[in-house]
Amino acid sequence: MTKTLMSQASSQNYRFMLQDVAVEITGMNKWYGEFHVLRDINLKVRRGERIVICGPSGSGKSTMIRCINRLEEHQSGKIVVDGIELTSDLKKIDEVRREVGMVFQHFNLFPHLTILQNCMLAPVWVRKVPEKQARELAMHFLEKVKIPDQAQKYPGQLSGGQQQRVAIARSLCMKPKIMLFDEPTSALDPEMIKEVLDTMIALAEDGMTMLCVTHEMGFAQAVADRVIFMDQGQIVEQNEPKAFFSAPASERTRKFLGQILGR
Amino acid sequence: MNIHNASWVRQDIIAASPRPAAQGGVAEWARKNLFNGWLSTLLTVASVTIVVWMAMALAPWLSNSIWRANSLAECRQILDGASGACWGVIRDRWPQLLFGFYPPHLYWRPVLTFALLIAALAPILFRAIPQRALWFSAVYPGFAYWLIWGGSLWFPVAVYCGVVVAAGLLYLTARVSRGLAVASATVGAALWWTYAVQLVSALADDVLPIALTPVASREIGGFLLSIIIGVTGIALSLPLGILLALGRRSSLPLIHLLSVTFIEFIRGVPLITLLFTASLLLNYFLPPGTNFDLILRVVIMVTLFASAYMAEVIRGGLAALPRGQYEAAEALGLDYWKAQRLVILPQALKISIPGIVNSFIGLFKDTTLVMFIGLLDPIALAAAIRANTDWQGIYWELFIFIGAVFFVFCFGMSRYSIHLERRLKTDHR
Repeated sequence: MTKTLMSQASSQNYRFMLQDVAVEITGMNKWYGEFHVLRDINLKVRRGERIVICGPSGSGKSTMIRCINRLEEHQSGKIVVDGIELTSDLKKIDEVRREVGMVFQHFNLFPHLTILQNCMLAPVWVRKVPEKQARELAMHFLEKVKIPDQAQKYPGQLSGGQQQRVAIARSLCMKPKIMLFDEPTSALDPEMIKEVLDTMIALAEDGMTMLCVTHEMGFAQAVADRVIFMDQGQIVEQNEPKAFFSAPASERTRKFLGQILGR
Repeated sequence: MNIHNASWVRQDIIAASPRPAAQGGVAEWARKNLFNGWLSTLLTVASVTIVVWMAMALAPWLSNSIWRANSLAECRQILDGASGACWGVIRDRWPQLLFGFYPPHLYWRPVLTFALLIAALAPILFRAIPQRALWFSAVYPGFAYWLIWGGSLWFPVAVYCGVVVAAGLLYLTARVSRGLAVASATVGAALWWTYAVQLVSALADDVLPIALTPVASREIGGFLLSIIIGVTGIALSLPLGILLALGRRSSLPLIHLLSVTFIEFIRGVPLITLLFTASLLLNYFLPPGTNFDLILRVVIMVTLFASAYMAEVIRGGLAALPRGQYEAAEALGLDYWKAQRLVILPQALKISIPGIVNSFIGLFKDTTLVMFIGLLDPIALAAAIRANTDWQGIYWELFIFIGAVFFVFCFGMSRYSIHLERRLKTDHR
C-alpha cells in the first residue's frame, strides 16, 4: 500500500509558491485543571500544506488540533486561523469554524438525518445556500467520496468506512479552507482504512490545507509535507517525511517509530 | 475435511438456505411458556384462578346492568335484590359529567371546540397531514378560547396581534443585534398585552361587533375542564421544560442558577399547595380589582409544575447524547440555538419520548386535584351527584365511568408515543 501511496503524491512541490499562512500558533499553552497538556506550541502552517501529527497517546496531538477550531480553549499564547485570531469572541469563533472543516475519530454523523441531510445541514443553515443548490453541492461531494447511491440512507445503515467518507463530504460541503483530521482511521476495521485514506489522498491532491493526527505512517510518507512528532504536550521534532522516517533526530522519536513500525 | 490437517482451503462458497420451520404447535408453546417446571405451573394455575375468580365476581354485576332508571331507588326496585350495576346515573347525568354547569343550549360550542382540537392536533401529531395545516394549529388556541368563554371575538384577535407586534419588532431590530431584538420584542409584546389589548378589542367591537354569549369560568366543569387544563398544560409545559432543561445545562451562571432554583423549588412542593396558592394567595399579591380568572391561574400553576418535571426528563435525554454530536455541530459552524434546534434537541427529545409522555399522562390525571380548590372537575361532580337524593349511595358506576374516560385519553397518549418512537427510529439495526 505504501508504495502506491508514495507514487500518487510525488512531484507536488510547486505548492509553496504561495507563502500564505493558513494557521499560526505562537507560544500556546493549555491546562486541564492543573494538568499542563500543551506546552509552548509554535506551529506555522502554509496554505496547501499537508501536515501529519503523530505521537504516543496522551501526548496532546488531538487537543492541539482541536484548539484550531476552538473545540478546546487555550489559556495562553496566540492562535491565528485564516487571518482571524481566536479569542473568546463568539463571532470570530463562528467565522473560523466556517472555514475549518473537521473529521472526527468516531465520525459523529447526525443519526437522525439522512446522509444527504447531514451534508446539506450546515450549508443551508450556516452559509444560507438555497436548498436546491445545497442538494447539488452535497451530491457533488458525495460523488467525490464515491457514495452518492447511499444519499437517502441513515448513518446507522452504513459501514464505518462509508460513514467516515460521508463525514469528510459533510465537512467539504462548507467549502473549508483548512481540514482537520482527528485520528480518522483509528475506529475503522483494517479493511476500511484504505478507502478513507484514498479519499484523503484525493483531497490532498486537490491542494487542501490539511492537519492530520494519524498513526498511518504510509499516509504520512505519501502525502505529508511535514511530519510533527509530539510527546508530553510539546512538539519534539518536525521534519519532512523522508528525513523524519530515515533519520529521526531525537531519541524519543526513534523509540516511537521503532514501536509503531516494528523496527 | 480432515480437521487434524492444518492446511485446508474451501473450494465452494455455501449459499444461504432458508431457516428450518419452528417446532411444535400450541401444546409445545404452552409447555415452554406456561408449564416449564413446577414453579411455572403453579404460577400459571394461580393466575388463571385469580382471573377467573374476578371475572365470576364481576360478571353478574355487569350482566345485570340497568340503564333505564332515574334514581338509585328505581334501580334497586328493578333489580329486586339481585346485585347489578346501575348505569342509569351516567345516562341521567352524563352532560353534567362532560360539561359541568355549562349552559345546555350552548353545548355545541365545547363540542365544536373539541372537534377542532382534533383537527388542530392532527398536523402536529401525524406526518401524513400537509404542514400547511399548521396555520390552523397556531390560530386554534385563540379560537378555542373564544368558543368556550364567549365574549367578543376581537379580544383573542387583539391578543394574537401582540405576537404580530413582537414579530415585527424582532424583524426590524434583528439587524442591529440579536439580544436587542429579543428584548425589544418581549417588551413590545408585554406592553401591547397590558395596555393595548382592551383598547383595540373595544374599538374593533364598536366598528364590527362579533360576539358569543359569555360563559363564566365557574360554569365550566367536568371533562371539559379536565381537558382544558390538561391540553393547555401539556402544550405549554413541553416548550417551557425544554428551555428549563437547556437553562440548567447552560454555562451562563445566572441562567443556570435561575433554572435550577425554579426546578428544585417547584419539584419540591406538592401540586396541591401550588393550586391553593393559585386560588387563595395570588389574590393578595395581585393589585386590587384585577379579575384574574381562576381557571387561568390553575392552568399557569399546573404548567409550571409539569414543566419542572419535563425539564428533568429532557435533561436526561440531553445528557444521553454523546459529546461528539455537540462537537460536530460546533465544528460545522452552527451557533448554539441552531445546534440545539437542528442536531441536539431532535435526538434528545426522541430519547425522552417515554418520559415526556409519562409526564403528560401524570399531568392529565393530576387535573382532578383542582376539585380541592372548588373547581368542578369530574370527581367533584361525582361527589355532587352522590349528594343528590336521587343518587345517594351510588359509588362504583360513577368512578368506573370517570376512570374509563381518563383511561381512553391516557391509553391514546401511550399508543401515540409508541407510534412516534417507531416512526423516528433511524438506527435500522
